[in-house]
Amino acid sequence: MDVHEYQAKELLGSFGVPVAKGAVAFSPDQAVYAATELGGWSWAVKAQIHAGARGKAGGIKICKTYHEVREAAQELLGKRLVTHQTGPEGKPVQRVYIEAAEPFERELYLGFVLDRKAERIRVIASQEGGMEIEEIAKTNPEAILQVIVEPAVGLQSFQARELAFQLGLSIKQAQSCVSTIMNAYRAFRDSDAQMLEINPLVVSKDDRVLALDAKMSFDDNALFRRHNVADMYDPSQQDPREAQAAEHNLNYIGLDGNIGCIVNGAGLAMATMDMIKHAGGSPANFLDVGGGASPDRIETAMKLVVSDSNVKAILVNIFAGINRCDWVAKGVVQACKNLDIKVPLVVRLAGTNVEEGRKILEESGVKLITAETLADAAEKAVQASQGKLQAA
Amino acid sequence: MSILIDEKTPVIVQGMTGDKGTFHAKEMIEYGTNVVGGVTPGKGGGRHLDRPLFNTVKEAVKETGAEASITFVAPAFCADAIMECADAGIHLVCSITDGIPAQDMMRVKRYLMRYPRDRRTMMVGPNCAGIISPGKAMLGIMPGHIYLQGKVGVISRSGTLGYEAAAQMKEHGIGISTSVGIGGDPINGSSFLDHLALFEQDPETEAVLMIGEIGGPQEAEASGWIKDNMSKPVVGFVAGLTAPKGRRMGHAGAIISAAGDSAAEKAEIMKANGLTVAPNPSEFGSTVAKVLGV
Repeated sequence: MDVHEYQAKELLGSFGVPVAKGAVAFSPDQAVYAATELGGWSWAVKAQIHAGARGKAGGIKICKTYHEVREAAQELLGKRLVTHQTGPEGKPVQRVYIEAAEPFERELYLGFVLDRKAERIRVIASQEGGMEIEEIAKTNPEAILQVIVEPAVGLQSFQARELAFQLGLSIKQAQSCVSTIMNAYRAFRDSDAQMLEINPLVVSKDDRVLALDAKMSFDDNALFRRHNVADMYDPSQQDPREAQAAEHNLNYIGLDGNIGCIVNGAGLAMATMDMIKHAGGSPANFLDVGGGASPDRIETAMKLVVSDSNVKAILVNIFAGINRCDWVAKGVVQACKNLDIKVPLVVRLAGTNVEEGRKILEESGVKLITAETLADAAEKAVQASQGKLQAA
Repeated sequence: MSILIDEKTPVIVQGMTGDKGTFHAKEMIEYGTNVVGGVTPGKGGGRHLDRPLFNTVKEAVKETGAEASITFVAPAFCADAIMECADAGIHLVCSITDGIPAQDMMRVKRYLMRYPRDRRTMMVGPNCAGIISPGKAMLGIMPGHIYLQGKVGVISRSGTLGYEAAAQMKEHGIGISTSVGIGGDPINGSSFLDHLALFEQDPETEAVLMIGEIGGPQEAEASGWIKDNMSKPVVGFVAGLTAPKGRRMGHAGAIISAAGDSAAEKAEIMKANGLTVAPNPSEFGSTVAKVLGV
């Protein structure tokens, strides 16, 4: 799960990571009020979206007067901001963050990531703050400093010290940097984060080291024990279909094709999409109904898939292990009776209770196209989506 | 022969008395698995499915001589259950549970390393369908009847795609020595590489099918190892050719976030290392048949 910059900063702040002073605003009035409360002579008005590269896309505005703050907030709020990380449709800006713009000496980079290869937390730092780390990795890989955290004992001060001195900081700055790194590590570990990026981490004129921007994402599997993190969920930043699916605990990802897919198991769901593509079609979505799917769950999944107006055919592909084909069949029949499905439906069932499942479909009298194998199912779905195959 | 389990392996079921534990323990017993008991803290001394129940894994091992365990334990408590197995001297633990926090798995993996290699626990999963040695034993949740006994080893990150492969191979009359689901999480107990090494040693296995998916470095690592160490032919496949970048495709670990994570890149790496790559997911059976020359 991703969160907004201001939420990440609040969390970091609660772990003792120094962050630039700021406040969130939902309206231009609130933005101006926040600026007056913060004081000073200049402010940054930052669009809050779940994506980076906002600066280049015009999502961060430096303002010298309250009037400019108001105008910046007015312009950003309600707009869809497109950055090179959001995709062409952009993300809606519903909140802005007002920050006291502080002059600083240097911009650094600090990141933490749960490294899949090392199966450890990896700390990454660089003197080249403000740039994207992928960019630095390409152009100047020697500028990237890294340490791996031993999970039995956690990050050690000496590791943070090594980073701080390699970053070329003075003694006073390094002291501040070490405590920032150690506290950021605690925030990462104790919130079950997957990624934390402080870019830039800045060195102020009075030798403090603080987070000027922060990006965090968290392990969905750990949200059950991180209520403070789970509360930061913002559905506006998701595709509305995906937000709706999440409410029903369905794994759904919207794509731009026209064949709606309902599959059990993530691997088979991906393979089904691949097979549709191979057969000359294009999938409208990824959808994994998961294990032990009840008839109601199948109906909910069907409802979600047909709500996409691009869908010209539906493919239900179930290879039941922990699932039961009879339940799936019941769900399909139930959905066909309760929902007004206007597009052809292709169903392929295999595995646990497959005979019972096929019987339920046959006896229901519901119009559908049945398929035996994965290849057969994909080909029929593609033909049906092109109007070349009708349900019997 | 087969790898990891056979009809003799004494198995305990952690979380045996829950709904899922009960259902799948029954299925495993019916399949012929040597289930010797169950562990549910607080229910020790009782019986379930005509097997004794224990409060702790240590007790179960002492009383039954259990060597393998399968866990049907809720995500919040699963890491604990796995470490309990390692400490009790269980050789093999298979975790079906989906939803274990990644940092818990990080600690589990570190914990397993406490023990010297010769008595270190092999963990399979989490978030997997389990292990089956067809005709012998099943330590998982798969539909046993779709597997034919035979000479091909299967390793798959996805459970259902492993079923798909088994069904296609059965159509071609090709059987399986052992099928292992390593799971869809970003940190697995064991990887493709661990099981490839076992299949290479297994006299009954003649070829291996490995089914990967987007995300993570495992398939590439395994491919490199195959080139240098494997004498048996390996068929590969990577699901998610159509998966968009940066999106988590159902499995916690199925996300293209770094170079080399995509299905196309991984398939290329497989080919470059001498694997035969199945052209699409409906050709597992035919590709394996071709490699075996049947």
